[in-house]
Amino acid sequence: MTTAGSAGPEELRIAADEDVVRVRQAVRNCAQRVRLSLVDQTKVVTAASELARNTLIHGGGGLARVEEVVDGRRRGVRASFHDEGPGIPDLTLALADGWSSGSGLGLGLSGSRRLVDVFELDTEPGGGTTVTVVKWTR
Amino acid sequence: MTADAEPVHRLAGLLRANGDTLVRRWVDTAVEELRGRSTGQELERDFREFYTALTPVVEETARGGAADLGELKSLLEEYSRTRVKQGFTPSETAVSVFSLKRVVFELTESDDDPKLFREVLAFSSLLDGLGLFTFEIYARAREEIINEQSEQLLELTTPVVKIWEGVLAVPLVGTLDSARTQVVMEKLLEALIETGSDQAIIDITGVLAVDTQVAQHLLKTVVAARLMGAECVVSGIRPQIAQTIVALGIEFGDIVTKASLADALRHALRREGVDVVRQAGRTG
Repeated sequence: MTTAGSAGPEELRIAADEDVVRVRQAVRNCAQRVRLSLVDQTKVVTAASELARNTLIHGGGGLARVEEVVDGRRRGVRASFHDEGPGIPDLTLALADGWSSGSGLGLGLSGSRRLVDVFELDTEPGGGTTVTVVKWTR
Repeated sequence: MTADAEPVHRLAGLLRANGDTLVRRWVDTAVEELRGRSTGQELERDFREFYTALTPVVEETARGGAADLGELKSLLEEYSRTRVKQGFTPSETAVSVFSLKRVVFELTESDDDPKLFREVLAFSSLLDGLGLFTFEIYARAREEIINEQSEQLLELTTPVVKIWEGVLAVPLVGTLDSARTQVVMEKLLEALIETGSDQAIIDITGVLAVDTQVAQHLLKTVVAARLMGAECVVSGIRPQIAQTIVALGIEFGDIVTKASLADALRHALRREGVDVVRQAGRTG
């Protein structure tokens, strides 16, 4: 898996609600560039929206990185979200449907995992959280 | 200071004595820099006012006192704000201030009195500060406009329309954040009472992505309407949105959802007991 050359990675700060919208737009543009189907575009954009909001609400803000990736003949969108927040103490619980530490529906993390092809979560209590997702073209 | 009190005031004296010439040349320079975006007449009026306020400040500074920049700044503030409205760039605004420097330099460059030179230097940094001040005002005025517009947008994009006796429709467009949803909910609930409607259609055709936050906001709005005795239908669920909602695992429970606004209207009419019948022999 390599980064595609045409458009470099885009880094966006997540510090306020408007930034979530900006991340969503960046992911949508990227998804359109690699020609994901409309359904897949919507899925990856929605996942990015969830994860960016998690970064904002639970991680206290952070950084999003959006880029095109290539693997053989497939192209895709990779988005990673990094924060220096408190981390996730219980991963199993956090990834369970309907469990929320805040006031949300509790589907953000678990739901976005179902929306993408690759879902990597790197967290440590007290050491921040990084979530990376990839959506490939079919 | 007393011994050489006279030379200390040299620049201020020059500014007073050459007022008319300086302002005229200042206007000419600025007009040239702005390449016809402002007429000399407009600038001359502003510059003359500005110049009149500037001279006492220069005198005060030369005397070593702390000058009051209040009047100058309020003049500049007004000037910058009108520029923003007229669509000038910040550089074009600041250049008006900076071009006075050039004019004063031209007047004093043949003079090699070191005291005057020092005064001109101080004058130059005074103008630098004022030029930067126009930048600040410019940015602030822009921000105010943006805030105003986003508030207007909030109001604009959430109309509640009556589409049938007892049936309201809310077409949602763009991004649904907490602030928007709050406005939508308030407007909808008020309109339900005002029009005595007991059905509402929330159309999300124009919403690009439905994530858990949007869904939660929608659910809350529907529940609030229900508490007031009204039934809501969510319409405009496009195929990609439907698939995303399923994958996310959002449950809409017993809330009626429809693919299009037309379907939702038909559903609402049926509940009102209205039947839409096409008359035989009359098509179109």
